Amino acid sequence: MDFELTEEQLMMKQAARDFAERELLPDVIERDAEARFPVRQVKMLAELGFFGISVDPQYGGSGMDALSYVLALEEIAKIDSATAVILAVHNSLVAYGIETYGNEDQKQKFLPELASGNKIGAFLLSEPEAGSDATSQKTTAEDKGDYYLLNGTKNWITSADNAGIYLVIAQTDPDKKHKGINAFIVDRHSEGISLGPHEEKMGMRSSDTHSVMFTDVKVPKENRIGEDGFGFKFAMKLLDGGRIGIAAQAIGIAGGAFDRAVQYSKERKAFGTEIANHQAVAFKLADMAVKLENGRNLVYKCATLKDQKKDFSTLSAMAKQYCADSAMEITTEAVQIHGGYGYVKEYHVERLMREAKVTQIYEGTSEIQKIVISRSLLKD
Amino acid sequence: MKILVCLGNVPDTTTKIRFDGEMKNLATEGVQWVINPWDELALTRALEIKEGSGGKIEKVSVVNVGKADAEPTIRKALAIGADDAYRIDADPSDAYFIAAQIAEVVKNNNFEIIFAGKESSDFNGSAVGSMLAEFLDIPSVSAVSAFDFPDGKVVLKRDIDGGKETIGIDTPFVTIVQKGISINPRIPAMRGIMMARTKPINVSQPVAVDTLVEYETFELPEAKAECKMVDPENTDALVDLLHNEAKVI
Repeated sequence: MDFELTEEQLMMKQAARDFAERELLPDVIERDAEARFPVRQVKMLAELGFFGISVDPQYGGSGMDALSYVLALEEIAKIDSATAVILAVHNSLVAYGIETYGNEDQKQKFLPELASGNKIGAFLLSEPEAGSDATSQKTTAEDKGDYYLLNGTKNWITSADNAGIYLVIAQTDPDKKHKGINAFIVDRHSEGISLGPHEEKMGMRSSDTHSVMFTDVKVPKENRIGEDGFGFKFAMKLLDGGRIGIAAQAIGIAGGAFDRAVQYSKERKAFGTEIANHQAVAFKLADMAVKLENGRNLVYKCATLKDQKKDFSTLSAMAKQYCADSAMEITTEAVQIHGGYGYVKEYHVERLMREAKVTQIYEGTSEIQKIVISRSLLKD
Repeated sequence: MKILVCLGNVPDTTTKIRFDGEMKNLATEGVQWVINPWDELALTRALEIKEGSGGKIEKVSVVNVGKADAEPTIRKALAIGADDAYRIDADPSDAYFIAAQIAEVVKNNNFEIIFAGKESSDFNGSAVGSMLAEFLDIPSVSAVSAFDFPDGKVVLKRDIDGGKETIGIDTPFVTIVQKGISINPRIPAMRGIMMARTKPINVSQPVAVDTLVEYETFELPEAKAECKMVDPENTDALVDLLHNEAKVI
């Protein structure tokens, strides 16, 4: 077992770190407060190739492995996880989904736009009454011969306004239940698409989140992914991989908070010595470090399995649940170590704590991950 | 026209520097090596000039005097955008030795513009650029803070006492660059990282050079003294400390 990163992976990690520290850190607090999308930074990330990290170079991507992708997300999330989630949804779900399950025409048509970052991808699965229970899709995709007609509402859509390409999950044949569900590539500016207001979120505030309403939106038949009825399986396959991205994001958030807690505890003095010398603080740091190490190992192992084309479905549920729950614990402790300073925005850890929370919720709650893990353990 | 950028492989600037037991050699265990920051800015500007030259600059190469363990640093330069690299397979013992080796690369490959950072962040010798120009018998321009290439002509700005001077210069020459040459070092693009291994690193053996420098010992700076707190109302005590202890007034 070799835990060494390759030279390219180390370079990728450093590049992501340099970018985050130089371009994201200076205005991350303001963007969070104002819920402002990182327009300038997204353009720069696109130029550097972060929107097609794993996409095959023949479609305009960088062709890097899953571990490189995870390292990049982790480094960016340490500073600004709102930007990390824009990248995670775009890369793990939309670009990966089209590249892995789309036909050649779809890949030729959509991947270069996605990989170059000219168009950001958004994934539309959740509905007002279909979150964890993704089989209960109310959005319909009526088969009209040459095209499908989309009607319904999607909720909690990351990058809904700034995206150019939507990947939409909708029900074509309710009688077939989840086997009647399809997935479609939809132009975000199609006639009949309207957005709800910008959601005022607890964290990840500079990524834009909206509900999306479809009213008689025509989608060309050739934009359906896979065979008729493939949509639910497609969504579940994507979420298997998507979980790795969110786990990486969560462990990045945790790492960012941990680094700040270590630094602060070596500088701040109380009772005549740096607070790191007090065992109550030192033991917190030790507990945080163990969780971080465990989380990283889980995520990196998942990415390695993905690169080796081995099954990672259960392990990615473990990684997502463990990293998200650990991120919540680690960021909470980081705030505690900072004391009063941790409760104000200037020291970043309160923001990281708010950002950690959603990693326990989106792309499958921690509870849903435990269902996935336990079912896999208990199946015959 | 071809540009050569001299590249030092130095400890990351946040490294905690230690020496071995006899204080003769840097303890390299755990050290992360990076491109010398001035050289990284030089490379960034050289690439910008090439990209804006309309083809007049045909390539940007980098050169390093170092053993094989310097190659990750060289490959980062290739990932950032250098077209190829030269490595002289030797320990970079001192400025004279390094300049002599780089001079061979320049002579054998007809580089017309050579960039050198104003100093390396490890030894801070500020000597290689000028020595290189002497070896080659070509001009060198120091303290260069801007490099422009309008219509294929080189225009340099250099910092002088109280202001800046602008000069034009014919090739070949060595430019020794400092703050201002570019704002930030370029971050390698993903495609660049993937392409780096496909770009050539031309490795050659060093030419024989007299050894002119021998390092006796190194000393670490004194540890920072403990901070003394003075009551803001007690200015006499403050003045006394500044005068008699710190001896700054």
